[in-house]
Amino acid sequence: MSDTNFKVITAAFSQDLNAATAGLLGAGQRLANDAGGTHIAICCGSIDSTLSTQISAFGDRVIAIDSEPLARAEPEAWLSCLRSISAQETPDAILLGNDTLSQEITPRLAHRLNGASIGDAQSVTIDDGAIVITRSVYGGKAIADIELTASPAVVWIRAQSMDPADKNAAPGTIETVPLNESADLQSHIIDTHDEVSEGERLEDAQIIVSGGRGLGGPEPFEELVSLAKVLKAQNAASRAACDLGWVPHSWQVGQTGCKVAPQLYLAVAISGASQHTMGIADSKAIAAINTDRDAPIFKHCQFGLVEDFQQVVGPLRDKLSDLL
Amino acid sequence: MNILVCLKQILDPEVPVRDFAIDASGLQADPACANQVTNIFCENALETALQLKDLHGGKITLLTLGPESAEDALRKGLAMKADEAYLILNDTEQLPDSAATAKALAAAIDKLDAFDLILAGRESGDWGAGQTGGLLAEELSLPFTAFVDQISLEGEERLVLRQQTDSGWKSFSSPKPTVASITNSDHNLPRIPKTRDIIMANRKPVTTWSLEELGISQDSFPTQETKARVRQLSIPEAKSDCEFIEGDSVEEKIEKLADKIAAIARAV
Ligand SMILES: Cc1cc2nc3c(=O)[nH]c(=O)nc-3n(C[C@H](O)[C@H](O)[C@H](O)COP(=O)(O)OP(=O)(O)OC[C@H]3O[C@@H](n4cnc5c(N)ncnc54)[C@H](O)[C@@H]3O)c2cc1C
Ligand SMILES: Nc1ncnc2c1ncn2[C@@H]1O[C@H](COP(=O)(O)O)[C@@H](O)[C@H]1O
Repeated sequence: MSDTNFKVITAAFSQDLNAATAGLLGAGQRLANDAGGTHIAICCGSIDSTLSTQISAFGDRVIAIDSEPLARAEPEAWLSCLRSISAQETPDAILLGNDTLSQEITPRLAHRLNGASIGDAQSVTIDDGAIVITRSVYGGKAIADIELTASPAVVWIRAQSMDPADKNAAPGTIETVPLNESADLQSHIIDTHDEVSEGERLEDAQIIVSGGRGLGGPEPFEELVSLAKVLKAQNAASRAACDLGWVPHSWQVGQTGCKVAPQLYLAVAISGASQHTMGIADSKAIAAINTDRDAPIFKHCQFGLVEDFQQVVGPLRDKLSDLL
Repeated sequence: MNILVCLKQILDPEVPVRDFAIDASGLQADPACANQVTNIFCENALETALQLKDLHGGKITLLTLGPESAEDALRKGLAMKADEAYLILNDTEQLPDSAATAKALAAAIDKLDAFDLILAGRESGDWGAGQTGGLLAEELSLPFTAFVDQISLEGEERLVLRQQTDSGWKSFSSPKPTVASITNSDHNLPRIPKTRDIIMANRKPVTTWSLEELGISQDSFPTQETKARVRQLSIPEAKSDCEFIEGDSVEEKIEKLADKIAAIARAV
């Protein structure tokens, strides 16, 4: 199919070209190429900012917007901005990442554009002229192909696990749009608190050491933190461990937590409920330490150890600090 | 505070993988493979509402769209001490998508008294769409905050909503009325109703509305409003080629495990 009028907009809310932004641009570029159309990448910053220049390698066009409320990631500001750009450009698809802001505004933007909204897409393709996404449903127990029957399709995707974009033959054009925003946001941010800083985000982690309810309390998590240090890894947890207040919710991996894609995901005392494994399916390798040989987590593992974590974690850390 | 909570009844998400099955249409889970339960995030939403009521008084209204059986979800909510409950009866075979659901919920909300706060769950544990709350806010032309785990008052006219984010949290100030989708936290674990309250709840009235009563054509629902159509549903194959690390002693096993992990760590 070739439709030169086909337009894909990607909107990246991060301030740099991290893995998620690269994956988002990749998905946008491929979708536009499949249709023979145009990929427009939107970012926050001035026309000559590093980010807009970097992104212009991957989009046919870049729209850079310099605005204080957008830089602050105000949802209502982004909504009205994306709405007015979309009204101008009439895209067929708008792709967003899997950060909180993207997830929050997806349904609202779709509604304002009379389009269709969907989230957590693991693939976005064109089939028979329709935009079709694939996503895990029923807590990871099934996979659905879903056709979006209204246009534009507003979709948030698992950006960090998508292949990054290829560099264009020539950089795309960079333009700005005048923002005739009225700064009166009905609902606005009054306080922000980051438990993890950029660069320590689970989504971007190469190695993750994760703990579950089987650890029995918050103290053993300290051992997992020290194991992670040796591996230059990040720590994560199952929802059960987060709900018990042992570790912050920002550590949660799974259907309703982070979707991660590390080189190694080490699950310690985690049973491997489908809602948990849904968030780790894109890992290159999964390993587990669990006393129960029949724990479902082992179905997802490349290798595993059936032992009590208390016997293993300390010596494992010592051994690894010798080896690395 | 006048609070509305949207409750959805779903197939028990804890159904083990081996029991999960797809029905004859091939487009949804076989309802016979597990019990129907209230979506956990809806219960977190109700708990959030109940705590606000405990502190500031007011009234909590429950609303669901679903088949007759969805009344059970409302009864459980009443047992947790919500005040009123409404069921929009939908017994069409095709599952409504989020767009159709939000339309029906909004039509019902328009018929009810004004609310200060409208709560949904962050997503439902069956399809995990996570769209209805945001769509409902737009249907009602109200502000919206997603992934909220705490709500407090800011004077008479505004609310402070704490949002869980990827990296921590953010607080939003929003004018009343506002819509929020609620996520789980250690603050909103749903309370367990007392036996007495369960019995009392069975005596409370539940108002049932047909779609027609809300001005929605029964014959074209949800087809006409649907914007996301399921083409295919399949069960992924569970592969099981885990190499269990064996050895004569724990030390030996740990050594082998460390070697495997180190090999990956060196390549990173
Ligand atoms: C709608 C919905 C969304 C959800 N989203 C998520 C999500 O995003 N993320 C998530 O994680 N969960 C999620 N869940 C919850 C999920 O279904 C499970 O309840 C949860 O993942 C279980 O956590 P766990 O594996 O830590 O605990 P358990 O299932 O209790 O497992 C503990 C494991 O530890 C092992 N163990 C015990 N003692 C030891 C020991 N000494 N040494 C070694 N191993 C030991 C046990 O054998 C067991 O396998 C969701 C549920 C629902 C309904
Ligand atoms: N049929 C329904 N009846 C009442 N509320 C619903 C229904 N479907 C969705 N919701 C609300 O919207 C939230 C998110 O659902 P979803 O968008 O389907 O993931 C749920 O937690 C409910 O609060």
